[in-house]
Amino acid sequence: MDELPPVDYIALTRATYDALGYAPYQWAERPETPPWSPLEVPLAAATVALVGSGGAYRRGQVAFHWKDDTGIRRIPTDQPATDIRVTHFAYDLEPAREDPNIVFPVDRLRELVDEGVIGGLAPTAIGCMGGIYSVRRTEEELAPAIVAEVTAMDVDLALLVPV
Amino acid sequence: MPTLSLTSAYSITASANPPRAAFSDLPLGNTAGRPHEPEFQRELLRRALQAGAAIEEPGTIVETGMRWDDTQAWKRRATSTGVSRDGDDGTDPSRDDRNERHETPQYQDEADRLAAEAAS
Repeated sequence: MDELPPVDYIALTRATYDALGYAPYQWAERPETPPWSPLEVPLAAATVALVGSGGAYRRGQVAFHWKDDTGIRRIPTDQPATDIRVTHFAYDLEPAREDPNIVFPVDRLRELVDEGVIGGLAPTAIGCMGGIYSVRRTEEELAPAIVAEVTAMDVDLALLVPV
Repeated sequence: MPTLSLTSAYSITASANPPRAAFSDLPLGNTAGRPHEPEFQRELLRRALQAGAAIEEPGTIVETGMRWDDTQAWKRRATSTGVSRDGDDGTDPSRDDRNERHETPQYQDEADRLAAEAAS
C-alpha cells in the first residue's frame, strides 16, 4: 500500500497561480505560538458550538455570494441537515450537497451528544463562506462576528470546520 | 474560547497555526468524512474531539487516522479545488476549477432562491 503524504494545497495553488501568471496567493502565516484557552470541563461535559466555513446556509436563508461575502448564517442544530445547503466558489460542492454533514456535521454532533462523547451541542451553529480574498475584511468583519456569536452562546468549545 | 479545528489540508492549517487542530487525510470538500457514511463521520469526530481535547501544546495538529480509502489514489488526481473527475490526472497546473465570483447570492438551486425570497 502506498503511503502518500498529505496533499499540499499551498504548493498546488502556487503552481496554478504561477501557470496563470497571477501574483502568489498570500496564505495566512502565523509562526508565533497561537493564543491558548484551556478547556475548562471534560469533553463529555463540554457544550460544543459548530462553526463551518464551507458555505453552509439553511433553506429559506439568503445564500452567500462568492465575492468576499463576510456574512454569517445562524443554523438551528435541533433539526436534520436535510435543509442545509452549501455554496462556495473554490471547492467541489457536489459531495457536500449530497451530504452536508461532511462540511457541516450537525447530525453527527447531535448523535455524539446522545452517545455521551460531548456534553451538548449549542442550539445554533454558524455558517460562513471562507473563500474571502481580503485578509483585512476577514479579520475586521467576519472573525469578530463569529467571536461575538460564539462567546454569547456560553459554550465550552468551538469546533471549527473549514474546507 | 477554546477552539478545535478539523482539517483535511495539512499545509494550510500548519501555516495558519491554530491552537488545536485534528487532521484527517481526505479530499478537499470532505473535511468531516465520506458522504452518506454516518459511522465514518462519527468516528472521525470522536477521534478528533478526544485527541483534540487532550492537546496541551498550542499549535499541535493531531491526526485522526481517518483516510478516504487504502489506495489513496485520489491524491494523484488532487487539484487545488478537489479531485479531478474527468479522467485527467489533475497535474496540469494551469487548470483553474474555481468558479467565477459573483456579488449576487449563489443558491444551491432555484427553489432555494424562491424560498429565501418568500421568507424575506
